[in-house]
Amino acid sequence: MQRVPFYKDVRVLGVLLQVAVSLAVLGALLFLGYTAYQGMIARGIPFTFSFLTQEAGFTISEGKTLAIEHGRILLRPFQPSDAYWQAFFTGVYNTLRVSLAGIVLTTVLGVLVGVGRLSSNWLVNRLAFAYVELVRNTPLLVQMFFWYFGAILKLPPVRQASELFGMIVSQRGLFVPWPVPGPGWSHFAPFFWGAVVLLLVGVFWPRARRYAWGLGALMLVGGYLIAGDPLVISVPEKRGFRVVGGAQLSPEFSAVLLSLVVYTASYIAEIVRGAIQSLPRGQWEAAYSLGLSPGQTLRLVILPQAMRIIVPPLGNQYLNLTKNSSLAIAVGYPDLFNVYGTIANQSGRSLEGILIVMGVYLTLSLTISALVNLYNRRVALRGAGR
Amino acid sequence: MRKGLIYIAVLVLAFGALGMAQKSRMDVVKERGKLICGVNGKAPGFGYVDEKTGKYVGFDVDFCRAVAAALFDDPEKVEYVPLTAKARFNAIQTGEVDVVFRNTTITTSRDGAVGVDFLPVNFYDGQGVMVKKDAGVKSVYELEGATVCTNQGTTTEKNWTDFVRAQGWKGNKLLTFESFDKVFNAFLSGRCDAVTTDKSGLVGWKAKAPNPDALVILPETLSKEPLAGFTFQNDSRWKDALTWIVYATIQAEEFGITQKNLNQALKSDKPAFKRFLGVEGTLGKGLGLPNDFVVRVIKHVGNYGEIYDRHLGPNSPFYIPRKGSLNDLYTRGGLMYSPPFR
Repeated sequence: MQRVPFYKDVRVLGVLLQVAVSLAVLGALLFLGYTAYQGMIARGIPFTFSFLTQEAGFTISEGKTLAIEHGRILLRPFQPSDAYWQAFFTGVYNTLRVSLAGIVLTTVLGVLVGVGRLSSNWLVNRLAFAYVELVRNTPLLVQMFFWYFGAILKLPPVRQASELFGMIVSQRGLFVPWPVPGPGWSHFAPFFWGAVVLLLVGVFWPRARRYAWGLGALMLVGGYLIAGDPLVISVPEKRGFRVVGGAQLSPEFSAVLLSLVVYTASYIAEIVRGAIQSLPRGQWEAAYSLGLSPGQTLRLVILPQAMRIIVPPLGNQYLNLTKNSSLAIAVGYPDLFNVYGTIANQSGRSLEGILIVMGVYLTLSLTISALVNLYNRRVALRGAGR
Repeated sequence: MRKGLIYIAVLVLAFGALGMAQKSRMDVVKERGKLICGVNGKAPGFGYVDEKTGKYVGFDVDFCRAVAAALFDDPEKVEYVPLTAKARFNAIQTGEVDVVFRNTTITTSRDGAVGVDFLPVNFYDGQGVMVKKDAGVKSVYELEGATVCTNQGTTTEKNWTDFVRAQGWKGNKLLTFESFDKVFNAFLSGRCDAVTTDKSGLVGWKAKAPNPDALVILPETLSKEPLAGFTFQNDSRWKDALTWIVYATIQAEEFGITQKNLNQALKSDKPAFKRFLGVEGTLGKGLGLPNDFVVRVIKHVGNYGEIYDRHLGPNSPFYIPRKGSLNDLYTRGGLMYSPPFR
């Protein structure tokens, strides 16, 4: 075979073309960045990250930040004397709070509604249908406004709010009695954390589950008896303008959570329905002929197989939920994007700030998709696709 | 392949042209033939949309019109860009607008770190707090533990935070929203106990509330809020022209020149008037403006007092008393003072 000259070799040319295109794209990006930089210099605006250690001077209505005090690292509410980087941290904390709670709740709701769509009960079926069609076709921002201005803010004010079982439901938020560490906590803590470790062990090792969980329960009970008063229930009570004690779900958090959960669940419901319907009818018939009830069939035969089809699009919906949480600015919930808005305005460093925000969202999304992919590999058919 | 190379070369040149040294904004605006002015769009009395005509009107909007009148002899040659409190500085930083008149407080950090240059103060204001009458609160000092709402990205946010810190109160919450109509909505629905912003804003929003008598503005003023327009840093030519357009309105009121007696004033023999109105001398030209720019401003928009009365005077729905306040002329005890036109 004749040797093909270097500049006519298809493989070499292919690689060269890829390199040239990559350099061109990189060059274009660098050029844009350089032009932006020059423009800022010409207008006398510096590009620097040194603002991160400056004092913030504003408050954030909820959320915790990282602080190093008395030589210990702890999470505590944000104060105006904290630095800008701590403000960013609080924003991330709030975004994570609503995203993680949202992911868990929306999965539960989505699966329930998806299965309900296939129910033979006419009422359940039609209700699920109406819910999915209504929610999918309304913009999320509109739904968020509805939940906040149309529902939650119409609840009674604190002074007239009803108290059920110690909970106070008002337009200032939902307050529930919550256990807080009491005087005996330091003695109880090792038992508690030991029980948590045993719980995780039991989740991942089915064979050891009985022993792990049994031992964990024993540790909890034993620890509680040995240490005196490790937990004290803090009950919310009204005092003047506000409520003291208990745990609080602010109206803003509730509105963001509700709207995200309801909206994403409608999409997940359709994914679940589609996955279940794609399984061959034979699976249902075989399960019934073995004597399994419809509920058992669903749980033991259908859903495990449907998971393979559900998991990748489910990951997509989780990413959507996390990124949609940035709409929280519309109802005043201090998530990352909202806090960025205040930081950018007070410090003037909007370009640096948005780079940080984009980096955080990117990291968050990549982490979620990595975790979803890990789970996907466990349930995927061996050898199917690559 | 050759077409692609030419395409890339053209793109590179275009980007290069963008990055070249900035010429003064004045030339850009003159070439364009109209002014792009950033305004509030939601501030009653200062910058809002008139429901009947659908046009932007207000105290700040009149200053946009004054600039357009000075440059083009036509106050309507303005494109208004409504800006939130958060976006107003970005709009100047990116060059999206030429100038912003949006009830903005002059502060050190905005002049320095944020990177804008301020024009002369056109309204001296102060921060106030508004509560519902049936809350039974008579003074700002009774608001310990209260939830207060305000606009995001404003001096009011920081001022209130400083105030609460200075008092050492615990349990206060500050909720911020993107635009003031959302803030006011949350206040009326009861989500917050009080709402805080510049007193001029409180007056305007109180007038627009469904039940104005149920609201009360507390007497204390928490801070100094001198409001002024602003434009780009490092563009002295443009900034100087804008500065003297604003001063022209104040000086005109000091001289007693109004829209009605402008023609008489033009025939006057007083050298100060002649210089001021461009009949003699080249003051306007020196700024890069047409020599009779003051005449154009007064003809189309009026002097400072007329602008004030039109939007904030006793016959307007957003009346803010001017007599004896800081916004009166210095000759009557206020702070409105123009350097001499000579």
